[in-house]
Amino acid sequence: MISLENLTKQYGATAVVDGVSMVIERNSITVIVGTSGSGKSTLLRMINRLVEPTRGRVLIDGADTTGEPAHLLRRRIGYVIQGYGLFPHRTVAENIATVPRLLGWDEARIRIRVAGLLSVFQLDPGAYAHAFPHQLSGGQQQRVGVARALAAEPAVLLMDEPFGALDPIIRAKAQDDLLDIQRRFGTTILLVTHDMDEAFRLGDRVAVMSHGRLLQYDRPAVLLTRPADPFVSRMTGISDRAMRLLSLTTAGEAALPGASDGPAVAASASLREVLSELMWCGAESAAVMDADGTRRGRLTIAAILARGRPG
Amino acid sequence: MALTVPRLRRLDPLGALLAVAGATAVMFLPFVIFKSNRVVPGDPRGLLEVLPAWAAFACQASLLLAATAALGVSNARVRLGAALLGVTVVALAVAAAGDALTPAGNKVVRVAPGAGVWVLLVCLGLLATDAITRMRPGPGRRVLFLAVFTAAAGLALAHGTFDHLSVMREYAVNADRFAREARQHLWLALGSLAAAVVVALPIGILCHRVPRLRAGVLGTLNVIQTIPSIALFGILMAPLGALAGAVPLAAALGIRGIGAAPAAVALFLYSLLPIAANTVAGLKRVPRAAVEAARGMGMTNWQVLTGVELLLALPVILTGIRIVLVQNIGMVTVAALIGGGGLGTFVFQGIGQTAIDLVLLGAIPIVALAFSAAVVLDALVEVMDRARQ
Ligand SMILES: Nc1ncnc2c1ncn2[C@@H]1O[C@H](COP(=O)(O)OP(=O)(O)O)[C@@H](O)[C@H]1O
Ligand SMILES: [Mg+2]
Repeated sequence: MISLENLTKQYGATAVVDGVSMVIERNSITVIVGTSGSGKSTLLRMINRLVEPTRGRVLIDGADTTGEPAHLLRRRIGYVIQGYGLFPHRTVAENIATVPRLLGWDEARIRIRVAGLLSVFQLDPGAYAHAFPHQLSGGQQQRVGVARALAAEPAVLLMDEPFGALDPIIRAKAQDDLLDIQRRFGTTILLVTHDMDEAFRLGDRVAVMSHGRLLQYDRPAVLLTRPADPFVSRMTGISDRAMRLLSLTTAGEAALPGASDGPAVAASASLREVLSELMWCGAESAAVMDADGTRRGRLTIAAILARGRPG
Repeated sequence: MALTVPRLRRLDPLGALLAVAGATAVMFLPFVIFKSNRVVPGDPRGLLEVLPAWAAFACQASLLLAATAALGVSNARVRLGAALLGVTVVALAVAAAGDALTPAGNKVVRVAPGAGVWVLLVCLGLLATDAITRMRPGPGRRVLFLAVFTAAAGLALAHGTFDHLSVMREYAVNADRFAREARQHLWLALGSLAAAVVVALPIGILCHRVPRLRAGVLGTLNVIQTIPSIALFGILMAPLGALAGAVPLAAALGIRGIGAAPAAVALFLYSLLPIAANTVAGLKRVPRAAVEAARGMGMTNWQVLTGVELLLALPVILTGIRIVLVQNIGMVTVAALIGGGGLGTFVFQGIGQTAIDLVLLGAIPIVALAFSAAVVLDALVEVMDRARQ
C-alpha cells in the first residue's frame, strides 16, 4: 500500500503538483491520467524520489520513503519510462540484470532470473539474451524495459507512459501482457498516461489530474457515471460514455441464467464487444461461454443496454 | 584470391594525376643530390647515373607497373601491392645510390634523396592510402598495416640499409642526443596530454551539469587556443621565471622561464579545449532516457557517471584526445625554440646551419609519430563506437 499525503512540488512560485493525497491499494493497477504538463510525471517521480517533494510525504507500507537513501529505495521500486532508456552499450541480458547486480545477487541467481524473465516476456533467450537493444523492435525493447524493471522482484512498479511509442496493435498486446504480468507477480502498479482508453483498459482505479491537482480518484465506472468535475467528464468523453461504460464490464460478469440460440461469445469479452457482435449478426441474444467451452449463461440486447446507463 | 588478370578499363582520375606527377619526377627531377661535404650546395644526379643499368631498368619497370595500376586497375589490392612495390624499390634504389656514391670509409660526402625521390614517395604514398581507403579495412586491419609497415621500416633502419644516406649520417653523429630528444618529445606530448585529461575531464563534466558555466568556460579555453604558440611561450616566461625566482623548490624542480616548463604548461593549456569540449559533446549525446532509467533503478551518482554517461561518451572523448595527441606531437617541435628540447631541436638547429638533412632528422620522426598516433587512436575510437552501437 502506498499513501501520498498532501504531496506538493513547487518550481519557483508555481506548484506543478499541488497537495495530492491518495491511497494506492496493494496488488492493483492505478492509472494517473491528465493532459500534458498536468504534473503526472512529477507525481510519479516523487514516489521514487527522483524528485524531492516541496511538502508532504510518501509512505510505502506505512514507512516514510525518506527513511533510507534514495538510491536504495529505488532499487526496491521498478521504474519504466517512455523510450525505455535501455543501455545501448549493454546486452539485453546485462540490461535486465542491472538491479540484481546493484543488489549484489550472485551470478547463478541472476542468470536464472534473466532467463526466466526473457521467457515470460516471449523473448527467446538463445536469440535475444546477447543481442544489443538497437537490434530489437520497438515492442521487444518495451518488453525488455519492463523485464528490467521487474528483475529484482519489486513490490511496486512505476510506469511513465510506457506504451507511448508503440503502434496501436503492439500497444494493445503490450497492455494485455501487462495485465497478465500484474496477475502473475501481484505487483502494485502505478501507471501514467495521457490516453483515456489506456486508463480505462488497465486501471482498477483511475486518478485524473489537471494543473497539478488531483480532481478525482475512483473506479473507472464511477468516473463515467459520477464525474466530480466538468474536466473529468471532458477527459472521459461525453459522446461515447455509454460505450465506454459497456467496455468496463465483461460478458461473464453480466451473464444471466438461460439459454440462447444466438452467437457464442467469450466470457472475457466486454459488453461493448458483445453488443457489436449482436448488431453484426442481427441477433437478439448471445450465449456466453467460458474459456473451457462450458455455457455460462446468456445476454440479451436489452440487458446490455441497461448496463450502459448511469445508476 | 582468384588470380584475375588486371585489365585496363576507364582511366582513374587520381591515378592519372599521380602517374603524370611521378613520370615528371622520374624524367626531370634529380634522383639524388651529391654533396662533397655537409654544407656545400649539392650536385644533382639522375637514376641512370648512379645505378647500374640493370638496377635502374628494374626500378623504372616497377614504377611503370605502379603507374599502370594507378591508371587503369580498379582492384584496390592490386593498386596497394603496386604502390608498396614502388615504395620499396624507390627506397632500395636510393639506398643503393648512397652506397654507390660513398667511397669506402668516407664520412664526409653526403648523398641525399633528391626532389624526384620525394615526389615519387608522395605519389606512391597517396596511391597506397587511396587503395587502403578503398579496401575499407576495419580498425584492427589498419593498425596491422601500420605495424607491418613500421616493422619493415624499423628492420631496414636496424639493418643499416640507409646508413649511407645523409639523414642517417646526421643520425650517426647525433645518436645519443636523438634518443634523448625523442624521449623528451614524447614525454612533453604525452605528459601534457595526461595532465590535460585529468583537468579537462572534470571541467567538461561540470560544464555539462551546469549549463550556465558552459559558454564562459569553453569560451575562455577557446581564447587560449587562438594564441599563437610562440606568443603563449612568451606570455608564460614571465610568471614562470618569477615563480622560480621566488620559490626555491620550484626552481629545484626544474621550473624556469625558459625550457621544458613553459612548453609543458603551454601544451597543457592548448589541450584543455578539445578534451573539455568533446567531453561536453559526448555527454550531450548520451540518451537522456538511459540516464533517467539508470537513476530510477537506483544507481548512485558515481555509478551513473562512470557506468553509463562517461562510457557512452567515451568515443567522442577519445576523439578529443586524438586531436590533442596529434596536435601536441606537432606543437612540441616549437618548444625547442625556448629550450624545451624535443625533436624540434634538430629542426631549428638544421635551419640555423642550413643543413637540410638535420631538419629531416627531426621532421621525419615527428611526422611518423603524429601519423601513427592518428591511425591508432582512430582505430580505438572506431572500436569503441562499434561496441556501443
Ligand atoms: N525540473 C523542473 N523545473 C521546472 N519546471 C518543471 C520541472 N519539471 C517539470 N516542470 C514543469 O512541471 C509541469 C509538470 O510536468 P510533468 O510532471 O512532466 O507533466 P506531465 O508528465 O503531466 O506531462 C510542466 O509544466 C513542466 O514544465
Ligand atoms: Mg510526463
